Amino acid sequence: MTAAVRVHALDAFYGDFQALFGIDLELAPGETVAVIGANGAGKSTLLKSIAGLVRSRADAVQFEGRPIGDQPAARIVRMGLALVPEGRQLFPSLSVEENLLIGGYGDRRRSPWNLNRVYEVFPVLRERRLSDVTLLSGGQQQMVAIGRALMSNPTVLLCDEISLGLAPIIVEDIYRTLPLIRGNGASIVIVEQDVARALKHCDRFYCLQEGRVTLSGRPADIAPEAVRMAYFGT
Amino acid sequence: MGGLDSIVEGVLLGGVYALFAVGLSLIFGIMRLVNLAHGDIIVFAAFLILTATLALGLSLGVATLLTMVIMFVIGFALQRLVLERVLGDDILPPLLVTFGLSIVLQNGLLLGYGADSRRLQAGAFEQVSVPLAPGLSVGLAPLIALITAVVVVALLQLLFYRTALGRAFRATADNPEIAQLMGIDQRNIYALAVGLSLAVSTIAAVTFGIRSNFDPSIGPARLLYAFEAVIIGGLGSLWGTLAGGIVLGLAQTIGGRIDPEWQILSGHLAFLVVLMVRPRGLFPARRR
Repeated sequence: MTAAVRVHALDAFYGDFQALFGIDLELAPGETVAVIGANGAGKSTLLKSIAGLVRSRADAVQFEGRPIGDQPAARIVRMGLALVPEGRQLFPSLSVEENLLIGGYGDRRRSPWNLNRVYEVFPVLRERRLSDVTLLSGGQQQMVAIGRALMSNPTVLLCDEISLGLAPIIVEDIYRTLPLIRGNGASIVIVEQDVARALKHCDRFYCLQEGRVTLSGRPADIAPEAVRMAYFGT
Repeated sequence: MGGLDSIVEGVLLGGVYALFAVGLSLIFGIMRLVNLAHGDIIVFAAFLILTATLALGLSLGVATLLTMVIMFVIGFALQRLVLERVLGDDILPPLLVTFGLSIVLQNGLLLGYGADSRRLQAGAFEQVSVPLAPGLSVGLAPLIALITAVVVVALLQLLFYRTALGRAFRATADNPEIAQLMGIDQRNIYALAVGLSLAVSTIAAVTFGIRSNFDPSIGPARLLYAFEAVIIGGLGSLWGTLAGGIVLGLAQTIGGRIDPEWQILSGHLAFLVVLMVRPRGLFPARRR
């Protein structure tokens, strides 16, 4: 079976600074994979490399068997790979509904996700559809960011720190939508600083430290002590 | 009726200034690029229209439409081939490039057309006037220029706030990197924006070319009025730009009535007063 995403020997650079060293990662169709690691471990860079915001070698990133490492982000999202960026990054001059609509810019598939379906999953957004996004609560903003990514009807959804700065009860609400998203045919990568939460919601995980994968496997198979070692490096 | 007719005249002149300014406002709003060649681009478009009417024998309307298409293509190409290379975090390189473009255009036009003053001939249309009130009538041409300005701003507003392309323009203006994650090709969006700006500048060129003489050297003065209209109206607001053009036109006309020497000066003074009282302009764009 072709992997939804296969990352092979990925190096990533910001100018002269190397952020990732020889990363290997695989995401099977229908799977949820978590990427954990401390601040600055390279988690966000990894997602940006997959989504095309950081360019790499063509064959360093494959999406459904096609090399996409050197493709621009705008083309990758049209193939069906969407990123929910860290810090939500909504468009402040667009209303809630316009932020969702822009997510479907150039999308020809129109199913399973459209405006109506997103509003069914996040009913509060329908009430606030004409509102200014900067007036929403943090949790509502995160719902817009996820809904916006879903509007492109991705088969792979990358979620970067979707719990950042949110109250625990809101985070649970947001995480509850992941199985639904997966049920609609998307594989998911979540990046989290909250290790316990990440391990609870994933099938497999990768732990990054200083730009390298230090541990990977199924949460049930790995002792917490080993995760701690891989996370902190001591 | 001395007071009333200078007000009417000022508002009509404001329509022309607003048309100068809309193209400038568009590029700045979307790309944060200050196009110092904007005035020369308007003059260039006026010469293109002139050539199309004289050399090809086209009517003014057809010549304008043809020039709009040509200017759109030139704008698109200008962005993809030149401006794109210098756009970045540093605002100085694009500023210098458009400054250079301004000089190239002025001298190119001088070489091609000479330094003579030209005017677009609108035929009998120029002399027709419309009575507004007893003892007060306005020229049809300036009236149409104002109506055109209102229609252009209204159409651009529709484009920006009611279409997918407009959303893409605004999203790119907010955050170009995240806009790419939406499948928006930033290079095309910017090129479309510059193309649109130059097409709108063509409309400015025709209204202004009928109204007054032009020669290759007057671009920078048009740029100054355009800047003032944009700043008076408030950055990033197209209706504000229209209002800014009208304020400028009014100030110039009323000043000119008091003393003809004050015409230009009073426009600049009005600009300075607005800057002092409302530094962000009359209708600054609300960040939604």
